[in-house]
Amino acid sequence: MDLKQIDAYRWEIPQVGAMRVPGRLYASAAMIHDLTRDEAVQQVVNVAHLPGIVGASMAMPDIHWGYGFPIGGVAAFNWETGVVSPGGVGYDINCGVRLAASRLTEDDLRPVLSRLADALYREIPSGVGATGSLKLSKKDEKAVLLQGSRWAVSQGFGEEMDIDHTEDRGCIAGADPQVVSERALERGLQQLGTLGSGNHFVEIGIVDEIFQEDIARQFGLFPGQATLMIHSGSRGLGYQICDDFLAYTAKRVKSLEIDLPDRQLSCAMIQSRDGQDYLGAMACAANYAWANRQILMHRARQVLMKVLGIGPRDLCMNLVYDVCHNIAKKEEHLVDGRPMTVCVHRKGATRSFGPGHPALCEDYRMTGQPILIPGDMGTASYVMSGTQTAMNETFGSTCHGAGRVLSRTAAKKASRGRSIHRELEERGILVRWTGRSTLAEEMPDAYKNIADVVEVVHGAGISKKVARLRPLVVLKG
Amino acid sequence: MKDELTAYSFIDHTADFGIRVSGDDAEALFENAAGALWELLADPDLVGDVSVLELDVSGWDYSDLMFNWLRELLYLWTGKAWLGKGVSVTVISETLLSARIWGEYYHPDRHRLLNDIKAVTYHQLVVEQRPEGGWACQVIFDV
Repeated sequence: MDLKQIDAYRWEIPQVGAMRVPGRLYASAAMIHDLTRDEAVQQVVNVAHLPGIVGASMAMPDIHWGYGFPIGGVAAFNWETGVVSPGGVGYDINCGVRLAASRLTEDDLRPVLSRLADALYREIPSGVGATGSLKLSKKDEKAVLLQGSRWAVSQGFGEEMDIDHTEDRGCIAGADPQVVSERALERGLQQLGTLGSGNHFVEIGIVDEIFQEDIARQFGLFPGQATLMIHSGSRGLGYQICDDFLAYTAKRVKSLEIDLPDRQLSCAMIQSRDGQDYLGAMACAANYAWANRQILMHRARQVLMKVLGIGPRDLCMNLVYDVCHNIAKKEEHLVDGRPMTVCVHRKGATRSFGPGHPALCEDYRMTGQPILIPGDMGTASYVMSGTQTAMNETFGSTCHGAGRVLSRTAAKKASRGRSIHRELEERGILVRWTGRSTLAEEMPDAYKNIADVVEVVHGAGISKKVARLRPLVVLKG
Repeated sequence: MKDELTAYSFIDHTADFGIRVSGDDAEALFENAAGALWELLADPDLVGDVSVLELDVSGWDYSDLMFNWLRELLYLWTGKAWLGKGVSVTVISETLLSARIWGEYYHPDRHRLLNDIKAVTYHQLVVEQRPEGGWACQVIFDV
């Protein structure tokens, strides 16, 4: 494939054949060699074939092979003439991350670290088939789907200010429970307030380094501060919605006479009934995910207070921000210098709205939004800020995490004869986990170096480093 | 059920997991694919066969039929916590499949879960009748 280097961090895939736009990759020269061996770059090209795509089919430096769309992919479609694709959002709709920061420091936590790890493991339902979810009636569930974070706060899981500090205030408009299948609703009933498995986690960390002091202060972050990070999504409900609509649109897409390079790219015109139905169901899953992370945060705060024997005022743990990284959103952007309403698909990519954007809450209007980039459990996570460059180039988007380099089997093989949790313990990180092979599959070696990924988006200017966090306690599903 | 050791193998990819399945005929292919999925989910030796279900699945071609068949079986696990043990395909055409399956509901004390398969994908989905005889397919799962 013909890849043209634009500068140290940008690569262009020229528009050829039936591509409607060019492709653009954000990567370092060191990454590009590995990338071109992977099918992910071909997937960037495939997405460029879809009707109504504008600008470029893009991929962030944490790109890897997905289904249809690559993970780390960003693509925007004209709201009037374009498509929406369930596979372009991904199975775990509104999989995302939230970060809360406290008044505590490492010294406060060190003496109780082991008890804290055990208590989180006990109190936060995690892993496959976890029990301990909220008991919901069908009426409650519908309210969750319509209201998102607000429902959780109305039930006592958190504070009003948490809502301000959540992307879209924890609720996407247009949620329509009528178009959600019985199966999806049934799965959703059983899992609210549970973490899930695989790469989902709850992490107590410490602010290790600050890169932009003024912005860090505005985000409420200071060196040595104890933080809480949560990575989870819409659980079985989101999976079922994606599964239902993928199968449905795959059947219906034939009538659109779109030549799909891959069935997993199946899509619907945004303005069609099918497109609106998907967006209505997707919004339900997105809202469920926000309610879920809100509840998980509340549970984790309770654990911290209990173990430390302190009240909410001493803990003073406020939500910094909550971002989603698997979503399709109706947004206004400039395309070729003209304002256009588009449907931005971010599949394993994070919104990166810059300073002055009207969608941002007052606290972050001047700084650009906080962006949360989790790394692997042994290394670090980053807080970044949104930029105008992202608004100009990437429909206000940046990377979402480290991205795997080892398959699960390869990771298990590499961990044989080693004790991953002991290795982490020697580095001062306590880990608790549920799944039999979770720890081996999620070991630090299985992921790209998060610092390399962050360096690319920082260097390209599509988000800027604000702070680095290092883990102290990790709970894995 | 799986009648030879080579009826299926597992594909290992960076972010995913998949199966390659073969069978003497379409019935065997679909039965072996079910067996492969169940073996990925839980230790098959510990799953009983006390519960019997009848399933009808449709599709617009063999690939779509395989997609819908495995989706249905996976839903029994993800939505109903039901683990499969055995299968007999009773009717099959390019667009329709009827089967009887047996297994049991998950019990954490008795069963041993292996992989958290979350979804069946269309990605690189291939079902083919080999020129040299027999059937084969490849399916990638989201994990």
